[in-house]
Amino acid sequence: MKETLKKLADHRPSEGRGFVQGFLRNVVFLVGLSFFTSLAVAGEAQPMAEDPVLEKRVMALAAELRCLKCQNNTLADSPSELAHDLLHEIRTLMQSGKSDTEIVTYMVARYGEYVRFRPSMNQTTALLWFGPLILIVGGAIVLLITLSRRRKRIAAAEPLTDAERTRAAGLLNKKMNDGAGEAGT
Amino acid sequence: MLRFLVPLGMFAALVAFLWVGLGKDPSLVPSPLIGKPAPAFRVAQLHDANSQIGNADMLGKVWLLNVWASWCASCRHEHPLFMELARARLVPIYGLNYKDKREDGVNWLSQLGDPYVVSAFDADGRVGIDYGVYGVPETYVIDRQGIIRYKHVGPVTMEALQTKILPLVKELEI
Repeated sequence: MKETLKKLADHRPSEGRGFVQGFLRNVVFLVGLSFFTSLAVAGEAQPMAEDPVLEKRVMALAAELRCLKCQNNTLADSPSELAHDLLHEIRTLMQSGKSDTEIVTYMVARYGEYVRFRPSMNQTTALLWFGPLILIVGGAIVLLITLSRRRKRIAAAEPLTDAERTRAAGLLNKKMNDGAGEAGT
Repeated sequence: MLRFLVPLGMFAALVAFLWVGLGKDPSLVPSPLIGKPAPAFRVAQLHDANSQIGNADMLGKVWLLNVWASWCASCRHEHPLFMELARARLVPIYGLNYKDKREDGVNWLSQLGDPYVVSAFDADGRVGIDYGVYGVPETYVIDRQGIIRYKHVGPVTMEALQTKILPLVKELEI
């Protein structure tokens, strides 16, 4: 941004007041331009309610609800006409004094549980909520059992006799010597 | 042996779940309205702005509510089937002209034929919202007591009509 301003300013006559005036004019122009750009974008988005506080509430709730037309979007960011209508509906309901919970219930009654991006907790969604926990705990239990069995098996194994120990040491030494010999050649 | 069979079994179960999941259409969302009373509406008729039509008028008979619009391509696709169904007089079909312009809706019907007993005119889509409409066309089967028994999203096919809708209508009419 600064670079652009500077470049624009550089095109202006560079002596004294002329430069400053030109620079200021550019700044005013750019600020004005950015203002109109944001207006244009706002025009393409949903029409704002007059009350910005209410609009914030509408958008916050809409971000929690799925648009069934384009299912991976929320009502807040879906461009579909249905989403637009439903935003309007939410706005109207809020204006008539309904709470967020009441509005979510209203939507669920019409479009089903699926509209919630955060599913409610009930019998059908219990597995969804607790499934990962069950898997982790189950996995941990299996791991602990396996480990303790292994420990027992090792402990129960008969210790080596002296003869076996000497033989093992002999074998190991021989192998190590062979290895050293190979490395030497 | 078990140490191979258990993971194999779990893998098979996973494959089975994914396989079933692949066959399902994610755009079909089960309607929470099935088994519930059809949401009440009373709006103007498409052909006559001065007369009204509401779901209460159809109490006592089994009927289909078909949500359609002149701007909806799939509606055009399913339309001949509804014409045939209307000719067969198996079940009365009522239309809900959804978010349409009145003259566009009327023209559409006069060009393609009108299978509906009456079409209700839902210009702002308010009735559609109450019925949880999210993809036109949608078709509801409503029983004598005014309870929604079935909902079909998307164009009705011959198969859906023969295997689901008509058997259900027959069953409800007994």
